[in-house]
Amino acid sequence: MDILQVTDLKKYFPIKGGFMNRVVGQVKAVDGVTFRLKKGTTMGLVGESGCGKTTTGRTILRLNGGKTGGEVLFNGKEVYDLSDKELREARTKMQIIFQDPFSSLSPRLPVGEIIGEAVKEHHLVPKAEYDDYLDRVMDECGLQPFHKTRYPHEFSGGQRQRICIARALALNPEFVVCDEPVSALDVSIQAQIINLLKKLQQQRGLSYLFISHDLSVVEHISDTVGVMYLGSLVEYGEKKDIFDNPLHPYTKALFSAIPIPDPKAGMKRIVLEGSIPSPANPPSGCKFHTRCKYCTEKCKTETPVQKEVEKGHFVVCHQF
Amino acid sequence: MKKYILKRLLMSAVILIFVAFLIYVLMRCLPTSYLEQVARQKSMQPGSKSFDEWMAQLSATYGMDKGIIPGFLAWCGRAIHGDFGDSWKWTVPVLEKFNDSVWISFVMGGIAFILEILIAIPLGIIAATKQYTKVDYTITVVALACFSLPTFFFASLLKLVFSVKLGWFDLGGLVGRNYEQLSAAGQLADKAHHLVLPIITLVVINIGYLMRYTRTNMLEVLNADYIRTARAKGLSERKVIYHHAFRNTLIPLVTMLGSSLPGLFSGALITETLYSIPGIGYVSYQSMVAGDIPFSMFYLVFLAILTLLGNLIADILYAVVDPRVRIA
Repeated sequence: MDILQVTDLKKYFPIKGGFMNRVVGQVKAVDGVTFRLKKGTTMGLVGESGCGKTTTGRTILRLNGGKTGGEVLFNGKEVYDLSDKELREARTKMQIIFQDPFSSLSPRLPVGEIIGEAVKEHHLVPKAEYDDYLDRVMDECGLQPFHKTRYPHEFSGGQRQRICIARALALNPEFVVCDEPVSALDVSIQAQIINLLKKLQQQRGLSYLFISHDLSVVEHISDTVGVMYLGSLVEYGEKKDIFDNPLHPYTKALFSAIPIPDPKAGMKRIVLEGSIPSPANPPSGCKFHTRCKYCTEKCKTETPVQKEVEKGHFVVCHQF
Repeated sequence: MKKYILKRLLMSAVILIFVAFLIYVLMRCLPTSYLEQVARQKSMQPGSKSFDEWMAQLSATYGMDKGIIPGFLAWCGRAIHGDFGDSWKWTVPVLEKFNDSVWISFVMGGIAFILEILIAIPLGIIAATKQYTKVDYTITVVALACFSLPTFFFASLLKLVFSVKLGWFDLGGLVGRNYEQLSAAGQLADKAHHLVLPIITLVVINIGYLMRYTRTNMLEVLNADYIRTARAKGLSERKVIYHHAFRNTLIPLVTMLGSSLPGLFSGALITETLYSIPGIGYVSYQSMVAGDIPFSMFYLVFLAILTLLGNLIADILYAVVDPRVRIA
């Protein structure tokens, strides 16, 4: 059963300029992303910064205004066809944990209200059980009941991220977008938060879209992995297939950068030439052709399509 | 918190003494001297003493024969006991003249202030939530136009349309011709009727600034991450804007409004003059021009006290709206 089905999702941002703020171009932040997420599993989304991972996550949840093209089916229903009221109800089922736990919590609200506000708003639990429910959710996320009356600035980064997680989980969602939830935290806290997310997934059968640029974190938590380059998903499949047998030249280069915890093991780095092209003016054909050592004439003109190379292992490359 | 307020009050007292001293020095150094004017007039009369003799006599009577520092200390000594002396220009006790003129300014300014808040803040919020739409552009342009209107021009325009052409209001003054014959309620209504145009003038002139200030602060907050969090929670747009965004906009607004409170007592010089309203703005202007040291000293020091108090209140209100300040 697929909880989420994303087909050829596109999100372009207009570049305004010139006289009277005309639209003079477009940043193709997300330009063709296709994947499926099974219920109760985690999909890791990796790629270098600026490749559109965050925008993908937010566009799926309809937090970025409209989409430019494609489909987002959540439990079989198109997210962008919901009315405002239906969308607000659906928000309890699909939640997001943002990257920065410092700016994503309102500084003027006590923690109890941050976590419980939406629970009240959507009448998820009867009034009499509200306090117990709040305590239980906070306890699950490693927070104490007395934290309720405190304000976000009184907490450390790790605790704040727990508050963000508790806030998302208080709504009892089925699907959570984790948008680099640990990149703002130090390593020891990262492990705690990752393990907390895993524990909660087992208890509640959650599905995650886990966005990260940290490959070792993704390897630890994911069931499937997608690799993004310049707004497009270039390779996508089971974690084992992707990590043991990367096929796309970009994935190979990216994964060769994972450090090996053995000083004697020789690292075979594949170093990419040049820098990442601008998403406002992406290269023709295969977007990666400017930096790919296997580049052919076909790559420069023809846009490759997603092909299933092995069972459940998709690659977008002319080599296959 | 008690300790904090006490500390701030003590600091304010020290600041106040220095401010009062500065004002006194400036008043004494003004090129227009009330005493010189009086002495000149008296010496012009036939058979009178010479200018210098009059000057010496008047200086001694008015206590201006002392130097600046002894003069200031003497003023302080009397002021502490609540004795601000008699106004030179108005020849009545300073406090009496002040009391006569301040309340009408206060009422006028207060009503205008409340109207400004009630109109400008919602407009600012609307403009911010509908950024770059026709609504936003309309509000912004109108606000800018109001903001840029010179008071005297706008007031004259209002008088031309509503007093001269339509005849709805009197051209100026606080009361009408038949004020004495009216009942108590009628007198109040008459005054209110005369205050309509001045208040409209004040509101329109000041609304632009407050509206733009609200809009800017609101936009900043609306782009914050926690607003996205609030939307992701599935809250209604109304709740996102008023419960989450506006709450965070309140802090800069409270500072600004707190610092504009003393303005209620300082009156509106230009508006009061144009509409011939005997408010404190007009009276204090005349006093300063005439070199009336007792009245100007009292008035300016009073404003200084209000400014200091306004800042203190704003800081305390901060703590009410911003939990981060509360512990400190």
